[in-house]
Amino acid sequence: MAMNLSPQKQTSHLKREILVRLIKAYLSDNYEENTRLIPYDMRPKGHEVPYRCCIHNERAILRDRAIASLGFSIEETEDYTLLSELAKEAEQREKPEENPLTVLTSACKGCVPSRIYVTDLCQGCVARPCVNTCKFGAISVINGKSTIDPAKCKNCGMCAQVCPYQAIQKIIVPCENACPVGAIAKDENGYARIDFEKCISCGKCSAACPFGAVHEKSQIIDVLKHIKAKNESAATDQNSKNDTKIVKEGKRKVIAMVAPAMFGQLPCSPKQLKDAILKLGFDEVYEVAQGADITTKNEAAEFVERMEKGEEFMTTSCCAGYNELVDKHIPEIKPFRSDTKTPMYYTAEIVKREHPSAITVFFSPCVAKKREALKNPNVDYVLNYEEIGAWMIALGIQVAECAEKEFETESSAEARNFCVTGGVAKAVETILPEEIPAHPVIIDGLNKQSVRDLKKYAKNGMCDLGNLIEVMSCQGGCLGGNSTVNAFKPALKQVTAYVNESSSIKEQIDEKVNH
Amino acid sequence: MAEKISVKVCLGTTCFVMGSSNLQELIETVPAKYGDKVEVSGVPCLGLCSIDWEFSKAPYVKVDDEVIKEATVEKVLKAIDAKLK
Repeated sequence: MAMNLSPQKQTSHLKREILVRLIKAYLSDNYEENTRLIPYDMRPKGHEVPYRCCIHNERAILRDRAIASLGFSIEETEDYTLLSELAKEAEQREKPEENPLTVLTSACKGCVPSRIYVTDLCQGCVARPCVNTCKFGAISVINGKSTIDPAKCKNCGMCAQVCPYQAIQKIIVPCENACPVGAIAKDENGYARIDFEKCISCGKCSAACPFGAVHEKSQIIDVLKHIKAKNESAATDQNSKNDTKIVKEGKRKVIAMVAPAMFGQLPCSPKQLKDAILKLGFDEVYEVAQGADITTKNEAAEFVERMEKGEEFMTTSCCAGYNELVDKHIPEIKPFRSDTKTPMYYTAEIVKREHPSAITVFFSPCVAKKREALKNPNVDYVLNYEEIGAWMIALGIQVAECAEKEFETESSAEARNFCVTGGVAKAVETILPEEIPAHPVIIDGLNKQSVRDLKKYAKNGMCDLGNLIEVMSCQGGCLGGNSTVNAFKPALKQVTAYVNESSSIKEQIDEKVNH
Repeated sequence: MAEKISVKVCLGTTCFVMGSSNLQELIETVPAKYGDKVEVSGVPCLGLCSIDWEFSKAPYVKVDDEVIKEATVEKVLKAIDAKLK
């Protein structure tokens, strides 16, 4: 249900506030100390205690959240390490950490373990469908009320489904429930823990946790550092031409690669967004839709080839969460997954060809792209839309007042629509030859059921619903990504307006044929 | 006829990122609920976030002259109801 895709959450507010404060600290003349003070600035002496037991606990949790914003794993950081030390370390590190998610144990543990619970609504009825339905003999009626023997209960939830009074409830742990692959679970101490062997970085646990306990590790300090180095070297360059080392180091351009979903995120036009990004300090802005056009063409060609060979179906390959799902959990579907690369891949390739020494930063709606970027030497960093938004707040950029800056390469309508569920399949379909039609099947968001469906298609070697399966890890497509800023509906409206003013990929291809 | 209540949802960058993106639904739901008694619109930056560290209290919404900090759909509807009493 697209309506409920992005409800407002206090946890997002907290995460964004910390990011803004951290960026302001970095840009100040006392970065390390101002970073250390973030929890105290947010909860100064005598401040009300909105969420936790006392002000000290609030500050401790804010400190942990700041650790994630600095890009470190909360689990692996010692409690006695000062934020100022971590701030320094973050600025000095060469590479971002491997696993992009981290769990804040001090904020976790709010929920009881997942189980089936008989409420007071139980009437002790005569029919007793719960007792009869339970395959494990876990339910008996004691003192006129159904009682579950926890030693026998397997949490299947059948009793809850059949109770005529809806008296039996399944109590869920939101993160466990949201994870499509069973990669997050409470450990023996009751804290959620991520098994990174299984984790596909889809970010659903982070979006689901009502305590905001699952954090994305930010790369914002890494990017700010490169922008600063570049600006400082430009200054040094003017003052002394002798220090060649600094000039050479600092001359590296920093280039933004903006995924299509970004154009639905802020209250401004796409061309104003480009100006706003330049104001952050980036040297150039590339639309990732440029790479999406290549993805479309390659994937369409591949689809034709596969169908001519008599294959039953092909799945898309542009969603990083889905790709990790295939690699870690459904290797049997690999032969059916398109070998075409992602729009980010092609865009980064173009950027590095045109600017070999540049630092590339991908603007992403989700966590999963951070994993994909780690495997791609052409993508140096990934920032999500919350981080970009926080950066604009810190610099006081009014996007609605920015100038209109043209993009150098025009992308197609279909490519700009990649971020909407069904958009990738539609793009491929647009340029297929008539004699090889696609019958798209849209998987709009990964969950336990859609993972089972995919396994079934792989096992059977066919999909009875169609021959082109588009898989999006997030419901709604990238616009429903876990690190987006705008609500789904207005974001879709903005992106659709941009799509409607762009020309079709068909015209691009026809033009090439004619010239 | 009494004067209309004016609701201004700030759509400046700060308010938008801190949460007014989720208040845009008010622009549709308020007229449906209150008819022409209330006039609601998304407006450019109201300038409330720029003072000191006030960005942390964003998003802001103005209901007539009353400023609502850390606005939510519920808070705004409550303020409208209070005015209509």
